[in-house]
Amino acid sequence: MKKTIKIVSALVLVLAVSAFTLNKTDVDGGYKVGDIATDFKLKNIDGSMVSLADFNKAKGFIVVFTCNTCPYAVAYEDRVEALNKKYADQGYPVIAIMPNNTKVKPGDNFEAMQARAKAKGFTFPYLMDEGQKIYPQYGATKTPHVYILQRTKKGNEVMYIGAIDDNYQDASAVNKKYVENAVNALISGKDIEEKETRAIGCSIKV
Amino acid sequence: MYVRLLSVFFIFLLSCKDEIKKDELSVIDNNKVTESNYDLEVYDFKGFEKFLNQSDDKVYVVNFWATWCAPCIKELPYFEALNESYSNKNVEVLLVSLDFPKNYEKKLVPYIEKEHLKSKVIALNDPDANSWIQKVNEDWSGAIPATLIYSKNKRQFYEKSFSYDELKTEVEQFLN
Repeated sequence: MKKTIKIVSALVLVLAVSAFTLNKTDVDGGYKVGDIATDFKLKNIDGSMVSLADFNKAKGFIVVFTCNTCPYAVAYEDRVEALNKKYADQGYPVIAIMPNNTKVKPGDNFEAMQARAKAKGFTFPYLMDEGQKIYPQYGATKTPHVYILQRTKKGNEVMYIGAIDDNYQDASAVNKKYVENAVNALISGKDIEEKETRAIGCSIKV
Repeated sequence: MYVRLLSVFFIFLLSCKDEIKKDELSVIDNNKVTESNYDLEVYDFKGFEKFLNQSDDKVYVVNFWATWCAPCIKELPYFEALNESYSNKNVEVLLVSLDFPKNYEKKLVPYIEKEHLKSKVIALNDPDANSWIQKVNEDWSGAIPATLIYSKNKRQFYEKSFSYDELKTEVEQFLN
């Protein structure tokens, strides 16, 4: 009897693990809302290595794929900084990741990232996707491209994918603050109304 | 000549600065540095939609680009070459600029004139991109360059960069 229980529980374990791995390998087209996002260990502009797991108190993350050289990304710099100021203390810090190949875009190299962050006074980590391994797993196609994650027992669950808001040209003319609305919903335990949005952006340079 | 060069340099400085400091934009906009007779057609998405649904016998190649988009600029000559070589085969290229409106006069029009672009160029200015990207194509994430090729009975969308050969191969499929 004891043996049967052992075998059954081993089977359950195998099934659970394989279900999890299946889920994890199914990332060809990138994440969909509801998927579990991978953690990473990427170099920050201060030289330290940063992982999502380092943020003990975080309830989730606002992961922004962005860069120095894309005019759309530049247009959103101040708004990304404002998001971090507003939500880091509420448990949802901004994690910016620069996904471009710096041989193609030297203006996005490590020194340029450091200079830009200093000039703009970024208070969030600005990480280099060295080797360009992380952005394809997320399925980011452009800068800026946002993934809002929520910490769950399963891991960091993707809750929102897309744009920051509905007006890249003029922050004061924005009608829908997609990211803020989504994070506010997570904080207050409500459903996110718009889970996926699209915006024009610069293709990630490979 | 020296003074002229210097002023060009100054303009260059200004235009660099303006991408970075948004607050100073209005000031710069009031001192337009280029005056041109080029008549740029600007559309919001509602006005633009007709260019995606023309039902005559032509093959339309609609390329979404911007002057600041390096891979777009790289492939632009191929679209120009296509427009020229295939005009007698009823193929028409439409270049849809997604440049920022503040740069129409400063960058887009000067670029069109400098490169002597022969294809029709229009500007699409509709900041609420989430409302229209899927109407161009269900699969478009919003990254540029992107290209739509369509005829009366066929339609294909490409979120990628083209070589001239690739572009020709795709267009040929619409001609048979």
